[in-house]
Amino acid sequence: MLTYIIRRFIGAIAMLIVISMVTFGIFFVVPQWAGSTPESLASRYVGRAATEETVALVAERLGFNDPVIVQYGRFLKGIFLGAEYDYGAGVEHCPAPCLGYSFISGQPVWPDLIDRMPVTFSLAIGAAILWVVAGVSVGVISALRRGSFFDRLSMGTALAGVSLPIFFTGMVSLVVFSYGLGWTPPGGSWTDFTENPAQWAYNLLLPWITLAFLFAATYARLTRAGMLDTMGEDYIRTARAKGLRERDVVVKHGLRAALTPILTLFGIDFGLLIGGAILTETTYTLPGLGQFAILAIRNQDLPQVMGVVLFAASFVVVASLIVDLLYAWVDPRVRLS
Amino acid sequence: MTAPLDVSGASAQVPPEPTLSGADRAVQGRSLTRIAWMRLRRDKIALAGGITVLLLILMAIFATPIINLFGQDPLEFNQDAIDPNTLLPLGAYGGMGAEHLLGVEPVNGRDIFSRIVAGAGISLLIGFLATIVSVLIGTVMGVVAGYFGGWVDQIIGRIMDVFLAFPLLVFAIALVGVMPNEGFGLEGNGLRIAMLIFIIGFFSWPSIGRIVRGQTLSLREREFVDAARSLGARNGYILFREILPNLMAPILVYATLLIPANILFEAALSFLGVGINPPTPTWGGMLSEAVRFYTLPHFVIFPGLAIFITVLAFNLFGDGLRDAFDPRAH
Repeated sequence: MLTYIIRRFIGAIAMLIVISMVTFGIFFVVPQWAGSTPESLASRYVGRAATEETVALVAERLGFNDPVIVQYGRFLKGIFLGAEYDYGAGVEHCPAPCLGYSFISGQPVWPDLIDRMPVTFSLAIGAAILWVVAGVSVGVISALRRGSFFDRLSMGTALAGVSLPIFFTGMVSLVVFSYGLGWTPPGGSWTDFTENPAQWAYNLLLPWITLAFLFAATYARLTRAGMLDTMGEDYIRTARAKGLRERDVVVKHGLRAALTPILTLFGIDFGLLIGGAILTETTYTLPGLGQFAILAIRNQDLPQVMGVVLFAASFVVVASLIVDLLYAWVDPRVRLS
Repeated sequence: MTAPLDVSGASAQVPPEPTLSGADRAVQGRSLTRIAWMRLRRDKIALAGGITVLLLILMAIFATPIINLFGQDPLEFNQDAIDPNTLLPLGAYGGMGAEHLLGVEPVNGRDIFSRIVAGAGISLLIGFLATIVSVLIGTVMGVVAGYFGGWVDQIIGRIMDVFLAFPLLVFAIALVGVMPNEGFGLEGNGLRIAMLIFIIGFFSWPSIGRIVRGQTLSLREREFVDAARSLGARNGYILFREILPNLMAPILVYATLLIPANILFEAALSFLGVGINPPTPTWGGMLSEAVRFYTLPHFVIFPGLAIFITVLAFNLFGDGLRDAFDPRAH
């Protein structure tokens, strides 16, 4: 058990290192194809009005001329120990989780990411609760009543659900419920939870439901398939034979086994979502990490882009790690091996 | 009859030999593909999906003649269909009518029907070609991992984990955003399309890789592989001649299910403004333009429906195909 946990931890850290290397490498190499040079990167910081000498000097001081390995090492050091940025005018200290400075605002990237966290997290957590409850229960009922009207209706809806892009359902929901019926607030409404919890929930209601619908469709399909598999197993027959209540057979024996692959998927999905629900945030104009990513990309703000990609990736890794650890608890086979 | 004969008496209940010949004929000579095809033919929903897919492909191939038939250029501005004061389409339902079947876009008055027909090509092209890219990468990685096992499998497994942990959409958008405008002998939208195919394909191979790996793992232990090996076949021969042909069915099924996912991916990129450059019509791009015109439902609904119908048709067909090939389904 302990070795399992330690191995998972080491695996997660190795994964983060690989992801950071790949991300750094790609965003180092690809802009160079597009014709960027150390000087052009430096001029993003000092502005177009600066003389060539200033630009060259800043490029040298920020280390844009160094080989990729050295620059990557400095980037890693910045994350763990912080970094000193020397623009020529003065030295700025960027404290410990330092992901560099934005080209556009000249501000450190990390605090901006933290500022936007609550929006994306609120969106993800509400939607996740909805989709897990709805998806799993619909999947279980469909599997138990295979071939019934409920099964066919819900599976038809689920198939339609996985075929609908969120930016379409989101827009239609806004047109109908916000602008047509006036039941829900217009796009772009956001209130912090600490300010007014009721308003917070009211503003997020529509994004939650739309996002949850998309995921619930996938989860319902998977739960149904998993339940159909496990309910045919011998141990289910044994459980029934020894006289357990049907509810206990379904929940404690059937669902528990059927849920393990869904748990893995949930880890990845939720991790990806709190790293930035780009499409949902764009559709509803919510000021979260996804919108941050889009703006960073439109502005070609490399430090911000790299920061948000790494930030998002680390959520998936951490979420997968938590799921792996939960596994050991849910599934005895993991503990024993 | 004496007691010992009672035993054979039980077997006498079985119909005599000659009557078995009819059933015998039905059992022999049915390959997995034929069984699958027979099942698929009975699955009306899957067939409807397949026919829709076929019609969409035909629409994409004959886009130019279809557009010419209705006489509305997808790129042409129709200022006469636009109210000069509000910049909204004239007439009810966004200008729908005999001339403009699905109405016109606000501001510039481009014909929505023509743009939807013209957009089918790019969606399907990117959906298909990106799927081919991911099938190629996924099959090679999956077969190698499953067949060789050991540390090779470990490394490929970790690579797949890294891909699954990547925030793909952010990454893809970022990558398209920093890409150059010309290169590899291509420029403009040609390069854009090539890049999208490569990026989407490159990011969606692990799903197919996992399936192929699992199938290879079980095929590797089968008798015919042992037989080939004991006859002195090399790894290359076993991989290409013995294992790969047996993987064709699952690859085909999951490729069919990957196409709609890739079409959605392309639509999402175009919606976010990092896909194909305007004015070339794409469904995702049309939706992103429609964001600013919430008062005009027709502008939102038609491109959205086009994506929905296409993706749903592929999903229905793919689901049917999977059920037909999957022995557990019946």
